[in-house]
Amino acid sequence: MKKSNQPSNPNRRKFLKGVGTGIAGAYLASPALETKAKNISNEILDSYEGKIDFSLTVNGQKYSRKIDPSKTLAEFIRDDLNLTGTKIVCNQGECGSCTVLLNGDAVYSCHMLALDADGGEVITVEGLESNDQLHPIQESFIEEDGLQCGFCTPGQIMSAYALLNKNSNPTDDEIKQGMAGNLCRCGAYPKIFDSVKAAIKK
Amino acid sequence: MSIKKSKFFFEEELIETIGEVSEEIYKTLPKNKKLKIIGKKIPRYDGYPKVSGKAKYTFDIKLPNMAYAKTLRSPFPNAIIKSIDTSKAKKMKGVIEILSHENSNDIKWYRDSSFLFDKHVRHEGDEVACVVAESENIAEEAIRKIYVQYEELDFEVDANDSMKNNKLKIHESGNIRKGKPDEYSRGDIEKGFQQSDIVIEDEFSTEIEIHNPTEVHCSVVNWENEKLKVWDSTQGIFSVRGSVAKALDMEEENVQVVKEYMGGGFGSKLEAGKYTVMAALLSKKIKRPVRIALDRKEMNLAVGNRPDSTQRLKVGVKKDGTLMALSHYSTASIGAYPTGGGCSWPLKTIYKCDNVKTEDYSVFTNTGKARPFRAPGHVQGIFALDSIIDDAAEKIGMDPLKFRLKNYVEKDQVWGAEYTSKLLREAYQQGAEKIGWKNRNKTPGSQSGYIKTGIGMASQIWWGGGGPPAHANIKITKDGIIHVYSGTQDLGTGTYTIISQIVAEILEVPIDKIKVIIGDTDITPYGPSSGGSTTAPSISPAVRDAAEKMKKKLLSAGAAIFKTEEQNVSYNEGIISNKQNNKIGFKEIVINVSGDMIVKGSREENLKGFVTQSFGAQFAKVEVDTLLGTVKIKNIVAAHDIGRTLNRQTLENQFHGGIMQGLGFALMEERIMDKDYGKMLNPNMHDYKIPTMLETPEIDVIIVSECDEKANNMGVKGIGEPAMIPTAAAIANAVYNAIGVRIKSLPITPDKILMALNPKN
Repeated sequence: MKKSNQPSNPNRRKFLKGVGTGIAGAYLASPALETKAKNISNEILDSYEGKIDFSLTVNGQKYSRKIDPSKTLAEFIRDDLNLTGTKIVCNQGECGSCTVLLNGDAVYSCHMLALDADGGEVITVEGLESNDQLHPIQESFIEEDGLQCGFCTPGQIMSAYALLNKNSNPTDDEIKQGMAGNLCRCGAYPKIFDSVKAAIKK
Repeated sequence: MSIKKSKFFFEEELIETIGEVSEEIYKTLPKNKKLKIIGKKIPRYDGYPKVSGKAKYTFDIKLPNMAYAKTLRSPFPNAIIKSIDTSKAKKMKGVIEILSHENSNDIKWYRDSSFLFDKHVRHEGDEVACVVAESENIAEEAIRKIYVQYEELDFEVDANDSMKNNKLKIHESGNIRKGKPDEYSRGDIEKGFQQSDIVIEDEFSTEIEIHNPTEVHCSVVNWENEKLKVWDSTQGIFSVRGSVAKALDMEEENVQVVKEYMGGGFGSKLEAGKYTVMAALLSKKIKRPVRIALDRKEMNLAVGNRPDSTQRLKVGVKKDGTLMALSHYSTASIGAYPTGGGCSWPLKTIYKCDNVKTEDYSVFTNTGKARPFRAPGHVQGIFALDSIIDDAAEKIGMDPLKFRLKNYVEKDQVWGAEYTSKLLREAYQQGAEKIGWKNRNKTPGSQSGYIKTGIGMASQIWWGGGGPPAHANIKITKDGIIHVYSGTQDLGTGTYTIISQIVAEILEVPIDKIKVIIGDTDITPYGPSSGGSTTAPSISPAVRDAAEKMKKKLLSAGAAIFKTEEQNVSYNEGIISNKQNNKIGFKEIVINVSGDMIVKGSREENLKGFVTQSFGAQFAKVEVDTLLGTVKIKNIVAAHDIGRTLNRQTLENQFHGGIMQGLGFALMEERIMDKDYGKMLNPNMHDYKIPTMLETPEIDVIIVSECDEKANNMGVKGIGEPAMIPTAAAIANAVYNAIGVRIKSLPITPDKILMALNPKN
């Protein structure tokens, strides 16, 4: 194959994450930022010091911080709060390993800016355990062995938790649909399915 | 214990090692149903840290004052770096240091065919420079501000094109690795074909598969004076220690490699990564801990894949079903650096055939280097072989299963060794019964209606016998906790769990008294890399050896405490009794003993003249929509001979995983290259499809074996790879049985089915 002059391939997400003066507009697309961004000059964005006031309740505890506006929700949870149960795998909303609950809905936390969750309530996998007692869904994942390497497991558990919150008695098909957004490369699906099913009865 | 030279098979390589082996001979343990813990559904040892989110993977390690590294990679498939200008990037706030070939020593890499930073980049994603900064985002931003001038060169991304291109030399030695194919022959191939009643020839192909473990390849490194500590997401702590020490010209003892939990590997994490060494160099320079984690795209481009294959097979059979001759020619893209790509091994061994000839060409292309991927070669090889075997059976009007039984072989045909056990016949029989083999279409494709169902099967052979050296130490502390140390890894396979089970079974104590410490080169005795399905068969016998020795030690301590001879005391459920029926528990014994209670266990030698192989057969039931071209897998039955089951739950789980990866390989997974630009088009988890819960069929796992007592003192064989080997081939044969047209290239996507059914359109 002959060489050719080709453009390098800018990745859309990196484009979004790379806060340059020319692309502040990209952030305006995010509703939570619309009002706040008015006061921020592009220079500040470019300097990495243009941190924005932000508050979020995570696992029942309220955090008020100044954060870098380019930070994703997953990065905030992992890096700022040190809650590393939430995993980053694809980092572009394809695999579900970063699933957390935001205001009761399962969301891909790698795929949204932390600022878009401003004022919201987040539950991560660490928030399911109370008084050293695992949540029944977590217990089911141990009993039914719904995991192998365990890296996608927090995301699987959070999706199951969201599913069962909304539908306490899902059919087999509803379980499969509800869990289809969570990839498991170890292929533990049959036992993940069994784990969700066992949790229904609890 | 003694030091011995011993041999064992690591995949197709016969490895010779000199190492310490155990000379103890133990009675075979009773059948699983008579055991209390082994073979049972014992919950995973590391279940709690994993479901609670508390497990710290390498990806999660955070050290005080840690800096973050990111790699600049070549956008071109083949180019020479003319200049690198890092001045703009260096000026950025938060950027600490930048490494490239301009300011680092030449460190040999990829079996000395390249360097850590090579001026010649040979594939999209080859390493160019590495930036360390205060945050990952700053490092990422900085690599885009490095200005590199490349001189672009011609390139090839396809193995068959690369073989023909005489003008392009990816390496000085040419585009075919070693300049020639790997060849094998036995008997007289021409005569074999002449004596056949029917000879058929066909070509099959498979695509490149990407491992895509969920945890990306990553390391955290930290220097403490002259000592380097590496947390690495790896399948081989000792192999990473060796490679890193060699690259940095250090003594191995000054490198510590740690891996507590890891997010999958599937073969892609068997070797040390460039990223680990780059991070170590940067960390040394800036005197701070450094974390480096690839992103998903980098993982797709630069840290391994399963080579593709183009396979030409020729098979000669007699009308009575006797297999007379088999020949195989293959080409595989191994990427830009040396590794193996052959796929003919199953054909040499699995069916009885006296006349065999194979030629495997491993071909360099300007793409990321291949690495072992769950049953390297076998997955591709069995797909082609079992497809043409089915065709041959049909040509002579014989049931494909009967055809396989007709050519059943009792002995290894390459080495001439006896098998320690082979229960493939039982696997065929039980699998066929479970799937309802007799209900398959007698005439493929004959069902009416646009939805057609079909049943197919394929066979499996793999090594997975393991061998020495492999060690395990047991230490009981005064709090009554039994600590087991072994330099092995748990990839999600359940190593932690089986170790705890074996110790609990042998010492007859509750499993919660066992603490397992693995994956740390400084505190665990040597264990081999976790690949080739060798972890359980290498480690578990060493663990048993240690546990049996600890039992003896407890008896002798008990005797000393009771002031009597050893023959006057007995051991039962962790309690030592003397003849007067005085009792003392193991915890009290340890408290009464001054100093340590430690024993060292080792793997024994493999039996001479024998080879351990696992066997199995998988059966698939599929449903093909002939209007849409889609395939739905309804049921997979996996019947295997894998020696003793150590944990029924983790075993089933690992079988499910292998089958799901095989299903992905059969129906959807393929790396798509843009041949004009030499770039990968789907380096993410959206465009590179892997199965989800929606594609998951009903899976039945049948274990036909109780114990392979000649294999090792635990009677186990590995299962990781066997689980995946026959799946794609069984699915392909089932699709053929449904629609009556054979799809000869994987993945079997709807377009291929529709084109095969409507060749004129």
